[in-house]
Amino acid sequence: MGFVHQFWQLTVDGLEIGALYAVIALGYTLVYGVLQLINFAHSEVFMLGAFGGLFAARGLLPAGDTPGGLASVGLVLAGLGVGALAGGAAAFALERTAYRPLRRRGAPRLAYLISAIGASYFAFNLAGKEFGRQNVPLPPLFHNGVVFHIFSAQVTTQNLVTVGVAVLMLILLDRLVSATRLGQGIRAVAQDADTASLMGVNVERIIVLTFIIGGLLAGAGGFLYTITFNASYNMGFVPGLKAFTAAVLGGIGNVRGAVVGGLVLGLVESYGGYVISASYKDVIAFLVLVVILMFRPSGLLGERLGRAA
Amino acid sequence: MTTTLDGPSPADPAGSAPDDITLHVSDLTLRFGGVTSLDGVSLRQRRGEILAVIGPNGAGKTSLFNCLTGAYRPQEGTVRYTGVGRKPVELLGRKPHVVTGLGIARTFQNIRLFPALTALENVQVGVEVRHKTGPFGAILGLPRARREERESVARSVELLDFVGLRHRVDDIASSLPYGEQRRLEIARALGTNPSLLLLDEPAAGTNPAEKLDLTALIRRIAGTGISVLLIEHDMRLVMSVASSVVVLNFGRVIASGTPAEVQRDPAVIEAYLGSDGAAIPKPTEGES
Amino acid sequence: MTTSGTTPSPEGTELTEPSVTPQRAPGPRRHRAVPAATGPGPGLLELLRSSPVHQLGACLAVSVVLAVMTGPDGDSDHPFHGIAKSVLAPRIFIFLAIGLAFWALVQVSSRLGAVKQVAGERLAPVGRVLETRPGRLGGNATLLAVAILAPQLVSSAAQQSLVNDIGIYALLALGLNVVVGYAGLLDLGYIAFFAIGAYVTGYFTTKTGMPWHSPVVFNPFFVLPIALLVAALAGVILGGPTLRLRGDYLAIVTLGFGEIVQLLANNAQGITNGPRGVFGVPNPSVNVGPVHYQWSLDPKPYYYLLLGFIVLVIFAFGRIERSRIGRAWAAIREDEIAAEASGVPTLRLKLLAFAIGASVSGFAGVLYASEQFFSPQSFSFQASILVLVVVIFGGMGSRIGVVVGAVVLQGLAFYLRDKVPPADRYIYFGAVVIAMMIFRPQGLVPSRRRRREIQLAEAGIHGADPLGAAPDHAA
Repeated sequence: MGFVHQFWQLTVDGLEIGALYAVIALGYTLVYGVLQLINFAHSEVFMLGAFGGLFAARGLLPAGDTPGGLASVGLVLAGLGVGALAGGAAAFALERTAYRPLRRRGAPRLAYLISAIGASYFAFNLAGKEFGRQNVPLPPLFHNGVVFHIFSAQVTTQNLVTVGVAVLMLILLDRLVSATRLGQGIRAVAQDADTASLMGVNVERIIVLTFIIGGLLAGAGGFLYTITFNASYNMGFVPGLKAFTAAVLGGIGNVRGAVVGGLVLGLVESYGGYVISASYKDVIAFLVLVVILMFRPSGLLGERLGRAA
Repeated sequence: MTTTLDGPSPADPAGSAPDDITLHVSDLTLRFGGVTSLDGVSLRQRRGEILAVIGPNGAGKTSLFNCLTGAYRPQEGTVRYTGVGRKPVELLGRKPHVVTGLGIARTFQNIRLFPALTALENVQVGVEVRHKTGPFGAILGLPRARREERESVARSVELLDFVGLRHRVDDIASSLPYGEQRRLEIARALGTNPSLLLLDEPAAGTNPAEKLDLTALIRRIAGTGISVLLIEHDMRLVMSVASSVVVLNFGRVIASGTPAEVQRDPAVIEAYLGSDGAAIPKPTEGES
Repeated sequence: MTTSGTTPSPEGTELTEPSVTPQRAPGPRRHRAVPAATGPGPGLLELLRSSPVHQLGACLAVSVVLAVMTGPDGDSDHPFHGIAKSVLAPRIFIFLAIGLAFWALVQVSSRLGAVKQVAGERLAPVGRVLETRPGRLGGNATLLAVAILAPQLVSSAAQQSLVNDIGIYALLALGLNVVVGYAGLLDLGYIAFFAIGAYVTGYFTTKTGMPWHSPVVFNPFFVLPIALLVAALAGVILGGPTLRLRGDYLAIVTLGFGEIVQLLANNAQGITNGPRGVFGVPNPSVNVGPVHYQWSLDPKPYYYLLLGFIVLVIFAFGRIERSRIGRAWAAIREDEIAAEASGVPTLRLKLLAFAIGASVSGFAGVLYASEQFFSPQSFSFQASILVLVVVIFGGMGSRIGVVVGAVVLQGLAFYLRDKVPPADRYIYFGAVVIAMMIFRPQGLVPSRRRRREIQLAEAGIHGADPLGAAPDHAA
């Protein structure tokens, strides 16, 4: 009874968090597509982007009441921009320290995973040291009211901002990968790096840019996340793992798959959390991860960045 | 030669009927997407025989091996294998290690040793496949564990001696020269106690002296009663060791018979681009 | 079908070019022993090879990072104060000077021809194995003597740390070493089996610790075999369907499993007592004939109990490593396809490694639970990572190495406990992991087999890679 009553509200909530998962998942999928590596430290790129955006928006926020109108738009855009820049810079630094030296010595696949885990621990604990270890809220940047109803569900400004920005970024990325020269390079490297390099593609450059693009998205996504949730030094781990789940669910390496995976995971988590118990939300998401990897590791839409976009 | 290679039960030349078929491949078809790699391939191998499969690059020779050993799963066909004193079994759909357990061992076109293990350890891995020691036996040093360990070393040394690597026992596999790595791989395959040995281009990359050694080695292996299925590009080697030859081209069998018959076959000459059958085709780069 | 247009190589595509494998060429054979573990790793060689300007940049960047790592804290209201105070203070010059000095050292040593020597070593990672290892027994006896004397020489706080941090983690690392070091499988949820061992102990040994408990209570010693079996079973259930996955997927599945176990321990309050944890597991005791002994709050007897188990496990795993099982694991690590084709049932052997590792973890869980209070906090992902770091740092595949890893890392953590905030330790662990992966992937005390594997892999020899194939882009 309750579930039917709550269905639409759960759907709206699930889509909101799912859109965020999708944005983070793209970083995993892009790097995986190009390098066939799981970028374990991507969750910390997300966290650093969140702090970057949050500090910027908080710093620009005028004292007093919650701003409205253009001021709100400007603050959100500033947060997104700084968050994206922080994420991109973090991803660049990550590639330089934890990936490139290993690539030069032809290290095995798991060595990258281990060094990325090291980078992740380094980054989030350093963030804990510098930014404190408590939850940091983002003050409201706009008036959060109900904009309209879908059946019984309330759709708030916050829902709309999060989903709207996320969808916009997803469309931009899809265009970037499918219609630009850079995207062509990324797809070429994803399909066959050796051939791409013979055809004059600068593989090293493509790898760095892929990291940066993933970092820009995750950084902006991190800021979007702080509109609804608190930021904290260890905020990256769980959403990161879930976004990875989303990427695998959709077929890792597949850009559109990551979006589908994110939305599906958000909905499953939202419905499941209501039906069973909210405290089991994470268990549900991780069960989806384990089951998917066990039985259909190629995901819903299949792997391969090269063909996907 | 003091060493003997005894198969599961030593082949008895008098007792084996002339039509004692050990391997019977029929109508094997393997497709990758739109590419047909094997197209209705059939062949028979008699027990104790050295059968060579030849053909130009991309003819499907290695694909055939991969189907026999469980690495690929072909869409159509059957592969019937009859071990010594056993009932015929279907090989398709079995995992590689199960196929090996049934008595079929293989080598790889691109030598695949365990590079950081010693020559002895490489062979031991093959020999110990038939052993039973479990973790508890190993920890407690139970009598069977100790006996099997002794047997494993003795048998492996014996096999290294058989292939002429007695002096290399404790060398790291990757430190051996190329030709010796080939022979080490054969010793490892023999360690699994096969009755059928599949050799994938054993002469590729070896020098003339090594080729002569190899020819002698293959003869010695066949002399112990082990059937040998050989993929080879070196015609001279094929002609000197094989008792029958099957020629593949574009995934089909285009000729089969004795080496002399095949050499005269117009279809074979055609397949090798008009060159005479004794010409040595270029080594292939890998066709899997 | 490979239809590459490059010149056909007789060795085929999967093998490396002959130029990187000079030992293949016929000619004078190399019979030199494998170079000793001393000397810079191949990663350092890479550093030595890059240009001096780049090296200077890297050294200075690292010294700035070190300054920030060791500098004052910030907080969320003043997020950049910590960094500013670290970098814009006179102490930055000390760090820059250290970075500069290190750079100069690298320059000088490379001028002195160290590079050539290292390069020579690297190209000859092969040779005859020395069968006799003189002094090995003596070395081990010395180590054991030190281990026996150690608690007599240190404070009682350090004794506690010897038990909880070093002893337990050494045992855990020995178990994980079977999974990671021997079978080459990355398990990121290893602590879950530790948790299973601890909760099984809670279930069987007390009626007050957990809401869900056994009708009869036992001495923790009797729970050891039960926990061992339950953990091994959990390992088999998890490993059965997942071990056929590629290495990195397996890592993530095990991570997910570890998270699920911790979340269940936290949330299922009606069974596990939730986040409040489990109190009241009795101390183990021995009552056999005339012998009556009860372990108590004193850490020393626990230490010797743990030490006994550790020695036993080292001995047992040495036996396994040198048996057909150990050789089959090495074969799987080095070339799984060739192992399978040589008749090795690869899946079953991986499962065996997984189960053995899990059972050691469960075993350690019993000892942990019987020594002190535990809660889901003890079984976090951080703990799994810490065990992994210990294994990597000490040397994958080396039993003595992983124990040394536990002693050094946890000893360092204990030593730093008053000097560095405990939460900051993970910054250092993270940095250590990255540095190890770059400069010394074989670990502090590598096993000889593993060292050879890494050297061969980096010389580009096919299949030598113990951690799975290098990805396509590793150039």
